[in-house]
Amino acid sequence: MSSTTVTPERSGFPVSEYIVCLNGIVWREALRFLHQRERFVSALVRPLVWLFIFAAGFRQVLGISIIPPYETYILYEVYIAPGLMAMIQLFNGMQSSLSMVYDREMGNMRTLLVSPLPRGYLLFCKLLAGTAVSLLQVYAFLLIAWFWDITPPTIGYLTVLPALVLSGLMLGALGMLISASIKQLENFAGVMNFVIFPMFFASSALYPLWRVQEGSPMLSYVCQCNPFTHAVELIRFALYGKMNWVSLAVVGGCTVVFMIGAILAYDPSRGLVRRGPGGGEA
Amino acid sequence: MTATDAHIASQSSPDASPVATAQPALSIGNVSHSYGPRRALIDVNFTVQPASFTALLGLNGAGKSTLFSLVTRLFGIQNGQIKIFGHDISRRPGEALRLMGVVFQPRTLDLDLSLTQNLLYHAALHGISRREARLRSAEVLTRIGLADRAGSKVRDLSGGQMRRLEIARALLHRPRLLLLDEATVGLDVKARADILDHVRQLVTEQGIGVLWATHLFDEIMPGDDLVVLHQGRMLAHGPMSRVIADAGAQDVNTAFMRLTGTATLTGKPPT
Repeated sequence: MSSTTVTPERSGFPVSEYIVCLNGIVWREALRFLHQRERFVSALVRPLVWLFIFAAGFRQVLGISIIPPYETYILYEVYIAPGLMAMIQLFNGMQSSLSMVYDREMGNMRTLLVSPLPRGYLLFCKLLAGTAVSLLQVYAFLLIAWFWDITPPTIGYLTVLPALVLSGLMLGALGMLISASIKQLENFAGVMNFVIFPMFFASSALYPLWRVQEGSPMLSYVCQCNPFTHAVELIRFALYGKMNWVSLAVVGGCTVVFMIGAILAYDPSRGLVRRGPGGGEA
Repeated sequence: MTATDAHIASQSSPDASPVATAQPALSIGNVSHSYGPRRALIDVNFTVQPASFTALLGLNGAGKSTLFSLVTRLFGIQNGQIKIFGHDISRRPGEALRLMGVVFQPRTLDLDLSLTQNLLYHAALHGISRREARLRSAEVLTRIGLADRAGSKVRDLSGGQMRRLEIARALLHRPRLLLLDEATVGLDVKARADILDHVRQLVTEQGIGVLWATHLFDEIMPGDDLVVLHQGRMLAHGPMSRVIADAGAQDVNTAFMRLTGTATLTGKPPT
């Protein structure tokens, strides 16, 4: 047999291919989300239960003093709304990572990872796709919350968007990092206990930090170190057209760190994950 | 189709700006891989030529899937070098992966999406525009006889249809090298034969180089190249007739037994 053959030779990738790839990944994630209606419903029910039941009960117990970004006294429901928006993104980030573990076990992840585009870019697209899905959920929540008298300024619905994108990326990257280190789907339940609940409760989502400080200075310190607190505060300020620069720096920094960690974890040559034969590999 | 024909044919391909080279489709050079203390591959060396069918024969656990994971960059290469049409998979993975189509042993289709949606997703991962992807999807679905099921969910397909779809998907970006890892596992005799015929047609009609990992003798034909892998070591490589002759055997089954010192594999010896 002759060794003379054909080599379709191109070097590099045009920008259009990157865009097509991004569109494709977001499109697929959206399709999967639409096919899982119960996921959408549960993503909405969770924060609404907190809003309608928990907040209603605690309204009389917990007084909220005037703290930035609020310019007057507010109801407790109004206070926890940004925390619940961040909670939606936290659960969505973990759901995405669960989906990545599932895809890895089912083999679907290989389809993504053998694409010729840079692996880091592919994972970034995957993150963006997960964030886009979380945005749908958050805005659906805001719509329902509007009927519950949670009415931020109209411009707030727009100014909160970049904050939601950034916090969604951070939480998604955290989920991706976790998914890279999980060997089996069954281990994912541990994530609920060791990541989601501590992150949510040890934050300013449910109580202002000055309240936590009164009860436990140590817990207050933990809350301040929790990136989820800063995601909540970034969203809270942005929802009222203001900027919390510290939170922006923390969330931005954590997004970069988590994303690099996630990309490294999926890099077979420098991976954090020890891959064995036949299974568990991404 | 000769290699020259393939060259000419490629000039009409919208993706190809052909460069005639003397490169093998796949070149595996001194590749070793370990999982901790256990060595899964030890100094494996072989090449797959364009427009050829190379069977990678080995028992379960021989290292075939590990080798596929290395070639497709799912694993990092610990020792040795892997090139696809001269592109080092470690140094230029993008160029290498673009020339390669892969069908993995586990199913990698999204069961909740339709056939077309699965194909469009794959096309997007290769940067193929939606319009072009739709054209190619319709074309490949017609070719594999599933055009009327284009909108069906993949989970409604039979095992053989899923495999055909996976092969069609692997060819959507028009690769020059196709890797198939135990692609017929779990399929009935007819589905296996159909898939094998289809892949052999790709070799003769489109000049694609194929690496076909299997543990079934009856999937190997006399004209094939053969690589025998056993416990991570490559025991033989070359045209099937030469491997059999070198082993002093009459058929590939006996040759394999002599080379590996194991009991026979499943399947009938080729005639």
